[in-house]
Amino acid sequence: MTNTIKPRDAKELRQAVEWALGEGVTLDVRGEGSKLALGQPMQCAQVLDLSGLSGIVDYAPEELVVTLRAGTAMREVEALLAQRNQMLAFEPPDLGPLLGRAPGQGTLVGAVMGNLAGSRRLSAGAARDHLLGFSGVNGRGEAFKSGGRVMKNVTGYDLSKVLAGSWGTLAVLDEVSVKVLPAPDQTATLMLLGLDDAAAVRAMCAAMGSPHEVSGAAHLPGRTALRLEGVAPSVEARLKGLRDLMADAGAKMEELGTLESRTFWREVRDVAPLNATPEEIVWKISCPPTEGPAILARIKTQRPAARAFYDWSGGLIWLALPPTADADHAIVRGALGATGGHATLIRAPEAMRAAVPVFQPQSPALAALAARVKESFDPKGLFNPDRMG
Amino acid sequence: MEMPPLDPAILARRSEIVAALRAIVPGEGVIDDLDGMRPFECDALSAYRQMPLVVVLPETVAQVAAILRYCQDNKVKVVPRGGGTSLSGGSMPVGDAILLAMGKFNRVLEIDYANRCARVQPGVTNLGVTKAVEHEGFYYAPDPSSQIACSIGGNVAENSGGVHCLKYGLTTNNLLGIEMVLMNGEVVRLGGKHLDSGGYDLLGLMTGSEGLLGVVTEVTVRLLRKPSTARAVLLGFPTEAGAADCVAAVIASGIIPGGMEMMDKEATKCAEAYVGAGYPLDAEGLLIVELDGPPVEVDYLVERVAEIAKGRGATTIRVSHDEQERVLFWAGRKAAFPAVGQISPDYMCLDGSVPRGKLVEVLAEMRRLSKQYGLRVVNVFHAGDGNLHPLILFDANDPDELRRCEELGADILRLCVRVGGVLTGEHGVGIEKRDLMGVQFTEIDLDQQMRVKCAFDPDHLLNPGKVFPKLRRCAELGRLVVTQNNIPFPDIPRF
Repeated sequence: MTNTIKPRDAKELRQAVEWALGEGVTLDVRGEGSKLALGQPMQCAQVLDLSGLSGIVDYAPEELVVTLRAGTAMREVEALLAQRNQMLAFEPPDLGPLLGRAPGQGTLVGAVMGNLAGSRRLSAGAARDHLLGFSGVNGRGEAFKSGGRVMKNVTGYDLSKVLAGSWGTLAVLDEVSVKVLPAPDQTATLMLLGLDDAAAVRAMCAAMGSPHEVSGAAHLPGRTALRLEGVAPSVEARLKGLRDLMADAGAKMEELGTLESRTFWREVRDVAPLNATPEEIVWKISCPPTEGPAILARIKTQRPAARAFYDWSGGLIWLALPPTADADHAIVRGALGATGGHATLIRAPEAMRAAVPVFQPQSPALAALAARVKESFDPKGLFNPDRMG
Repeated sequence: MEMPPLDPAILARRSEIVAALRAIVPGEGVIDDLDGMRPFECDALSAYRQMPLVVVLPETVAQVAAILRYCQDNKVKVVPRGGGTSLSGGSMPVGDAILLAMGKFNRVLEIDYANRCARVQPGVTNLGVTKAVEHEGFYYAPDPSSQIACSIGGNVAENSGGVHCLKYGLTTNNLLGIEMVLMNGEVVRLGGKHLDSGGYDLLGLMTGSEGLLGVVTEVTVRLLRKPSTARAVLLGFPTEAGAADCVAAVIASGIIPGGMEMMDKEATKCAEAYVGAGYPLDAEGLLIVELDGPPVEVDYLVERVAEIAKGRGATTIRVSHDEQERVLFWAGRKAAFPAVGQISPDYMCLDGSVPRGKLVEVLAEMRRLSKQYGLRVVNVFHAGDGNLHPLILFDANDPDELRRCEELGADILRLCVRVGGVLTGEHGVGIEKRDLMGVQFTEIDLDQQMRVKCAFDPDHLLNPGKVFPKLRRCAELGRLVVTQNNIPFPDIPRF
């Protein structure tokens, strides 16, 4: 039976860490726990529940910034921003259903800790690009801060970047300031039908390199989708331009309007095409866009039953494999070859995630550096031990 | 500006160190004569000068690694330098440190249009990247005003911005990967042509680390397709508050302009006298708003911006009708610093960032401070992202003016922090703002940053005397005394 400790304010948060430090107790740090099934499994004596630190501290739409407590639910933030026609431009996915949970769970800070991003990663960046600053507690039980609430800030090291994507292993956050952007008036999707992977990635890369400001480029079996967002006259003009450009691909084309587009891109964002088969292993592969098809082809020669779709113009492969004892990690990572990309095991039974490196193994020099960085924040390894392997 | 005391033992070993460097970098890559080192004695913060111990210009990654390893083994300090355009003294030499000048790393290694990226050596200039790809309609987005001379490696170190940051981001948002050498000589690659990292985002940490963590030897930047059109709107307001309100209203209406710059009356007057851009001289606040994208979108947004400006009491609304006019609107803004240089023997350029909503309050307070110190302040700033560039006019030959200028500058930066802003938006801390770090950060904040530094450079050999007001030894920072608890938190809810 794990114990849970649930601080109600910044002071209690710091005291909780101090206490854990004194007791030599490791902490399983969580918000709503929506991503517990992601990462290397942990054995912690204590849960540090951040859901008591919840709420919007300040929202200034004309400043494009929202400040909130670490336990604030994503749905709360998104609803607030929607009232002012703004959004989190990095399009954080809801991985709940993919991971076998209900949709609509999770905190904004949880998304930041996983550095998650949806299809707009290509044009707007990931969570890392939107975290302006934070305050929190390090593994020494010290309250500290970095960054701020302004758009442009180079004062001191940009610790926000290294916190984003750290899966809670460096520090426990108390408050964050996040950049927000205006939500687009209109969304349209140009759908190319019947392209194979290689032709689809060529088309997506051509679209991304065009002046038509494509904000999403995904390829599902038989369907290649290009998203345009913005004010109505602009979307209309770019859609026409994109159609002309894509004529070369020789594919049949369809268009989706705003509502249909939103549904389609939400499904891509949330990896919905792989939700229905919970027994399959799911990998997320980040690679140079043009390498995507070759990487997938190498995997398919060894695992013909593999299913996949592409986002990020081919640079993100969502891969589903039939279950095997070792998640086929050697095959998946072997297929990356010298492309320099990385593969993360997203969905797999706990025992498998304990046995297989969930995150891409690093070169010895880089791994040693990362370990020293971890130690600089959390010398006793209190926070989410082993979560990143 | 106080720098760490020179180490006499290192100074005494100078000839031995020079010989060791010559063994690594043959020929003319090691400069140890005074005349040869003179061009390196300062960066763009030219009020401060210092001769380095010796200058070394490596040409290969292996040489950089060998130099750093030698320096680590022999506890010799190293100051890395790119284009030498830092406005905060980021590449100012240190008397007992070698100056590692990366100017020979000046090749574009690969351009990959399909993956929209370019792999370049760090000594390539910022504009050099755009020049290499513009014939295909691409460009590299961050555009610091020094872009003709500043290097990409320096941009990584400083997380450089420019006038288009609000829409296109800073350097950190436009990098895909780097190769770097650590102080121990290890070569590490972060990122590549793909997005994001499998582990900690050390690429993001390196960006803006001011040359204190590692030496960048290769950079992969993201390329963007050039917008098909750009038009600028020139807006004059009878009050600064009107201009500031307009900035907020444009953003609140859902428009993110490619650039949104503001100048006060004095700056407008200087710029107009210098380039004759046709600026309205009666305006207390002048805005240049640039909209870019497809022509139909730009036309649509230009109209909306003009409408918003009218509603906020703009007395001048002029829209550029062709590229020549757009460039002319910008010419005054781009020449604002040299234009101010015409009316004063010297000026100091500050770089605080504030929440946009505080612009008017900050301007008023700055004016009060300006009177108090008896020095004129001219204001030019990136209004869209709240990044101020107040220019303090002074005469460096008058020691009292220099002192007052430094004090006024510090007071203005304290003001920025007080209203919720920061010391530096894009120029970096360097030596210039080093001693003000305590205004924005607590000692614990700074200790945490220094511990990160220790993870990369345990002996504080890389770019010493910069960023941190006082350095603490890594061994001391790493110490952690844990005391056993006797009460396990009765007050915190537990389950």
